Amino acid sequence: MIAPAKPDLVTVNIDGQEIAVPKGTNVIEAARLVNVDVPHYCYHPKLSVVGNCRMCLIEMGMPAVDPATKAPIMDPATGKQKINWIPRPQIGCGTNVSPGLHVKTTSPMVKDAREGVMEFLLINHPLDCPICDQAGECKLQEQATGYGRGYSRFVEQKNVKPKRTQLGPRVTLDDERCILCSRCIRFSKEIAKDDVLGFVDRGSYSTLTCYPGKKLENNYSLNTVDICPVGALTSTDFRFKMRVWFLKQTIAIDTESSVGANTVVWSREGTIYRITPRRNDEVNDTWLADSARVLYKAVKAVDRLAATETIEALVARAAALFQSAPGAIAVVGSGRSTVEEQFLTRHLATALKASAQLVSRVGQGDKLLISADRNPNVRGALVTGLIKTLPAQQLTDLATQIDAGKIKVVVAINEDLSVAGLTTAQLAKVSIVYLGAHANATSAAAKVVFPTLTVFEKSGAFVNQQFRIQKTLKAVPAAAGATDDLVVLAQLVVAAGGATLPAELAALWKAIAAEVPTLATMTFANLPENGLLLDATPFAALPFVEGETLHYKPAQPAVAAAIA
Amino acid sequence: MNLKPETLSKIDEVITHYPTKRSATLPLLHLIQEDVGHLPPDTSEWVAAKLELQPINVLEVITFYPMFRQKPIGRRHIKVCRTLSCALLGGYKTCATFEQEFHTHLGEVSPDGEVTVDFVECLASCGTAPVVMIDDELHEKVDGAKAKQLSDQIKAEAKKR
Repeated sequence: MIAPAKPDLVTVNIDGQEIAVPKGTNVIEAARLVNVDVPHYCYHPKLSVVGNCRMCLIEMGMPAVDPATKAPIMDPATGKQKINWIPRPQIGCGTNVSPGLHVKTTSPMVKDAREGVMEFLLINHPLDCPICDQAGECKLQEQATGYGRGYSRFVEQKNVKPKRTQLGPRVTLDDERCILCSRCIRFSKEIAKDDVLGFVDRGSYSTLTCYPGKKLENNYSLNTVDICPVGALTSTDFRFKMRVWFLKQTIAIDTESSVGANTVVWSREGTIYRITPRRNDEVNDTWLADSARVLYKAVKAVDRLAATETIEALVARAAALFQSAPGAIAVVGSGRSTVEEQFLTRHLATALKASAQLVSRVGQGDKLLISADRNPNVRGALVTGLIKTLPAQQLTDLATQIDAGKIKVVVAINEDLSVAGLTTAQLAKVSIVYLGAHANATSAAAKVVFPTLTVFEKSGAFVNQQFRIQKTLKAVPAAAGATDDLVVLAQLVVAAGGATLPAELAALWKAIAAEVPTLATMTFANLPENGLLLDATPFAALPFVEGETLHYKPAQPAVAAAIA
Repeated sequence: MNLKPETLSKIDEVITHYPTKRSATLPLLHLIQEDVGHLPPDTSEWVAAKLELQPINVLEVITFYPMFRQKPIGRRHIKVCRTLSCALLGGYKTCATFEQEFHTHLGEVSPDGEVTVDFVECLASCGTAPVVMIDDELHEKVDGAKAKQLSDQIKAEAKKR
């Protein structure tokens, strides 16, 4: 195998530390590698560089050479090559490294420059931090503390601008707080491809505006709130709800499609307040769809199921159903279950000598962070061996078998069978054991209902479209009357006559590692936060439905149309 | 957008002067303002469609430059200089005289529709301060008396029409 070409490395000196960085890196990123913070507002690693906030000013110099002979000029005092420092500060974001570049980020000139920039930025910035949602995660607050002058010389009147402009259905703008960094404008143009934001007027009157008659309403609008370094763009949903420093952060996965965007769930005392993206350069960069941020509302939804019996009683009733119809049982698993649940579902199907199937959910991919496959974990079911082929959208086979009287009991896990093509008559004809968090037609028709958890109340792993296994952690405690899916499934396996399997993640993963070759070397605790790529070659021939999305190219042309 | 045929042909011609269409934004806005007298509300969308931009990109340019007007002005545009030399030599009085003569206020269309008086920054003729530009014509050393004389001239021409 040919070794991959090493990226062109360039050696630079930042505050006296030498470091080799890839060519094309800018000074902010190079400094980050040696743990030197270069404060900035407008620069964002995933957007184009504009250099308009001037906060990242640094002092830079190049090794001196004789203009005629190109021989290095030595400094007799130190015995090293002399550095020609540029007498004026330069912006770090717009300066790419070059061999021998020297950078000072702590010199008096840089300190002065930063104080000056901070002073100008604060001139028209209102002092409403006590009521500002950004407080606690505000770059302006942090950098005013870190690099500001500490007192104000401003005696004039501050500008007055609109305080609560609705830019769109989910974003509210406070124009007075805006420092005109233009990150939101660049995001809308470059990533969301919906160029509706811009600055109108000029000087201190510059105002962030959405083009009259248009709205910032694309499904990625809330990313502008995330990247806003100040409190100008706020989420209408989260606005004035909770101070961010009270919130607990839990890592999670966006389960609305097979992209598996990485998220952080912010909660306090068992209530989730918001979901924000978590950077993963291989999956979602720093972005997240708006639709992924409201998924938490399912936790406290009015249609949550709650048990009226003990789990033992429910299991006993399910066991009786299992014994009443040996060989006439079907298991409908879910592409929305975690890897662990799918593993136990497989065991349940084996113990019941039943075939297991999934229900496919296909929508339109948006080419960014929502793929055509709206099940987050179809590949998990493939990896754990729950299914061998890709699921269909309709359970036609099952319907025929029910009509023929061959199936008497159906175990449905988190899937509404009526949506998957079974009629009310068919549902009435069989005894249904339903596991799920929310009420639906299937739970209403079921003989035994196990209320289980939403994804925010449990830990587990999902395998995304890249065959990257990623973990999600429990953010809030289980709702009253709901039981962990793993506990229910493990008990059902026993009720069906199968082996006793652990319902606790660490122990369960030992069993998974022992049985699933692809996951043989893994434990749940060792799964890195950014996920781990699994070997996808055994499944290369399957016609997956996903089209191209961010950081994902389908191996073969998408056949979504053929399946739909 | 109701533009004259010659403006349209000028617009199509000027676009070819630039390597990217976007660069023609300013010249296009100038041509439209010359034709219509101001930039009507649908200008952004019209220019954006012409140059394959988004309307917000054009609106940013229109609102950035004070030379672009989004409202109609009078038949003539009187620009009185207010920068240092002119201010010292009576630019403010000149300006006030025009306002009184036409019973109007800065930036407004006079009741007879003849003029709009604006107080502007340096017109680059400090040696002959105070100066006034009426449309494209520069008038030097415009004190109160000369301002009155210029106003009378405009009124007389208006009567003839």
